[in-house]
Amino acid sequence: MTVDRDPSPKFSEYAHPERLVSTGWLAEHLNDQGLVVVESDEDVLLYETGHIPGAVKLDWHTDLNDPVQRDYVSAERFAELLRERGISPDTTVVIYGDKNNWWAAYALWVFTLFGHDDVRLLDGGRATWEAEGREYTLDQPAVAAADYPVPVRDDSVVRAFKDDVLAHLGSPLIDVRSPEEYDGSRTTAPAYPEEGALRAGHIPSAQNVPWGKAAAEDGTFRSVPELDAIYRDGAGLKDGDDIIAYCRIGERSSHTWFVLHHLLGFENVRNYDGSWTEWGSAVRVPIVTGAEPGEVPLVASR
Amino acid sequence: MSDTPALPEALAEIQQDFLDLGVKDRLQLLLEFSNELPALPERYAEHPDLLEQVVECQSPVFIFVEVTEGRVHLHATAPRESPTTRGFASIIAQGLEGLTVEDALAVPDDYPQTIGLVEAVSPLRIRGMTALLGRAKRQIREKVGA
Repeated sequence: MTVDRDPSPKFSEYAHPERLVSTGWLAEHLNDQGLVVVESDEDVLLYETGHIPGAVKLDWHTDLNDPVQRDYVSAERFAELLRERGISPDTTVVIYGDKNNWWAAYALWVFTLFGHDDVRLLDGGRATWEAEGREYTLDQPAVAAADYPVPVRDDSVVRAFKDDVLAHLGSPLIDVRSPEEYDGSRTTAPAYPEEGALRAGHIPSAQNVPWGKAAAEDGTFRSVPELDAIYRDGAGLKDGDDIIAYCRIGERSSHTWFVLHHLLGFENVRNYDGSWTEWGSAVRVPIVTGAEPGEVPLVASR
Repeated sequence: MSDTPALPEALAEIQQDFLDLGVKDRLQLLLEFSNELPALPERYAEHPDLLEQVVECQSPVFIFVEVTEGRVHLHATAPRESPTTRGFASIIAQGLEGLTVEDALAVPDDYPQTIGLVEAVSPLRIRGMTALLGRAKRQIREKVGA
């Protein structure tokens, strides 16, 4: 870790307090050596309308996804992206974005896939920075290219594929989509584009915990007691559980992955990034409709 | 492409302006369009019921088409924090402004895919503009009973 952690008392109750920084802390550390601030938004133009001074932009779709195959970019490309943004392996990266850090959490999860060590979220993201009237700039930062050796992407620890989910049936699954997507009345989030799942519903036994529940009204993360009430009391998660979270394309569930792993301390949490757009179009995988989780079929189809 | 009808002038110009730029500069041009989206005329600002939401867009965007003396006018509104969607709406509004009904309906449905923005903003996002154009054309048809 290059830059000291944010000692805010709020974060000390979380399992991994070093994964969050507050807006106040960031404002004071913007010029720290070894720190790079990255903006990652749903809206590809938002950065251009004004961003935190010195922040570089990383777009979840045009930068992090492979343009041809449905997968993340190659390790070579990832290294190139980080070099261009002045990030080296020992850089402290702070990511922030719009919509409760939805896409910032997604970027953080992709950084984790590629093994970047010190990557943190700005608690509250753009909304909190703005609400506090903090500075934005239109200036593009002058970035000195850094050295980033080609990393090894490890898909085995925080990422789950469809076959992993089939093998996992019977263990906790968290569906973080809206209730309407979960019960099968629609395949996309309300007010979101159709992304082509042929069937609607959810994976049998999955508990529905819409991702946004983890954020308070002001966009910052809820406290541990509040999160425990949602995920332990509400969704029945217990210490030691092996958990897979999914949504529609794996972005909202990255946010929940962050909460379960870094804030609540569950050790084994994977994000199924194929999510509903894969499961809802796959042949002979079990699906349940309606508001109840449903039963795991005795013989899961393979 | 020589056998397709020529694009209306404004749309052709917008297309050329984007294609003349590199991918990064196209985003800047889209931002300019975003900033140019005019506020709704007051008569619609007070009548949200008249506006139709383009649900295919990631952000809340509402449109309303007027046809006066055979000419098309598109009004649109989208929040400041959704500059991409505002940019899409602004391009369609400026491109359709003052066209005859016939010319507006003849605008190719795949126009949004032809202005060099697919690679700049991603195919997923460009679908929002395609839906916006489609809904605008449907409203025009409804207005003139075509």
